[in-house]
Amino acid sequence: MTRVGQPARDDDPDRLYTVTGGRSQAPQHAFDVVTLIVSEDEPQPGMQSEHARILRLCARPTAVVEVAAELGLPVSVVKILLGDLLEAGRITARHPRFVPAQAKLPDLDMLKQVLHGLQKL
Amino acid sequence: MDSRSSDAAVLPPAARTPLRSTADNALKIVVVGGFGAGKTTLVGSVSEIRPLATEEVMTRAGIGVDDPSAVRDKRATTVAFDFGRITLSAESVLYLFGAPGQERFWFLWDRLFTGALGAVVLVDTRRLDESWYAIDRLEHHGTPFVVARNNFEPPRHSLAEVREALDLSPGVPLLDCDARDRESSKQVLIELVRHLYARAEAEHPHRVELESAP
Ligand SMILES: Nc1nc2c(ncn2[C@@H]2O[C@H](COP(=O)(O)OP(=O)(O)OP(=O)(O)O)[C@@H](O)[C@H]2O)c(=O)[nH]1
Ligand SMILES: [Mg+2]
Repeated sequence: MTRVGQPARDDDPDRLYTVTGGRSQAPQHAFDVVTLIVSEDEPQPGMQSEHARILRLCARPTAVVEVAAELGLPVSVVKILLGDLLEAGRITARHPRFVPAQAKLPDLDMLKQVLHGLQKL
Repeated sequence: MDSRSSDAAVLPPAARTPLRSTADNALKIVVVGGFGAGKTTLVGSVSEIRPLATEEVMTRAGIGVDDPSAVRDKRATTVAFDFGRITLSAESVLYLFGAPGQERFWFLWDRLFTGALGAVVLVDTRRLDESWYAIDRLEHHGTPFVVARNNFEPPRHSLAEVREALDLSPGVPLLDCDARDRESSKQVLIELVRHLYARAEAEHPHRVELESAP
């Protein structure tokens, strides 16, 4: 599979490398793109600035993709940063309840809730 | 790709609308379609936030990487996508993803679609061929979906003709929409959830009984 027409961004590699401290370890914790992140701690002086920003951002529940959009970083890089914070007990993660490995389709109650929510829009 | 993501600029922090502190269950629906089919417009017209853009890092092999050294080695590239959200209740929030539907983006789909309730295929009838791959893949993957025709101009074909041209299974809902119109976009999402509901009921006739048992 070729990636014709999708230029790599020159500015990205070094920046991403720096942000993650050059680690190439996959995160231990599986975050979904819509896992909701909640801070359990205030930013500390001397903390890596991305970590501090995440803690400020997630004072209220914030999805992984929203964190990525706000920080201007790719989702997979944000997941590494979140893994650090989770391990340090500085955030908690609220994972989606619908897990497709367990059920192909969500349960009817959940779907009813979605329908009602949309109808109220 | 990168120039395209600029139409959904990142909001300054002051303009953020945070979720309620009780939010604990996020759901996903993916809107796919060809370039310019109206994905960002549809997401934006129903979203409670302005669509936000983000990106995912992908290796050349097409697998999402959690490995920034791969980026450093230029073995990877980035793909932009955008999203919006709708608060459904004190606990639940629905995220809508706008994703390009062409074959070369399939690796992004696999990542985003895992755990998605279903998909909306947004079709621009002037470029029907851009939807074939998306429809094919969703069908093979078993992801429930509806097809919405985004009418950029007064439609020249009946929906039956569109259904035939797309070779859609009879069970797949097909409807018209105006992605710029909130009510119309909302109806597309409602149609998808109704479709999901009907499928869930048909596939799990005993589930309700089981769950209501003490
Ligand atoms: N007339 C008309 N124009 C529309 C409609 N929906 C979208 N547009 C316009 O079509 C253009 C493309 O819409 P987008 O929402 O950016 O499409 P997209 O699928 O997100 O495009 P890419 O992300 O670039 O692939 C924009 O200028 C929209 O304003 C529609 O229903 N009718
Ligand atoms: Mg778009």
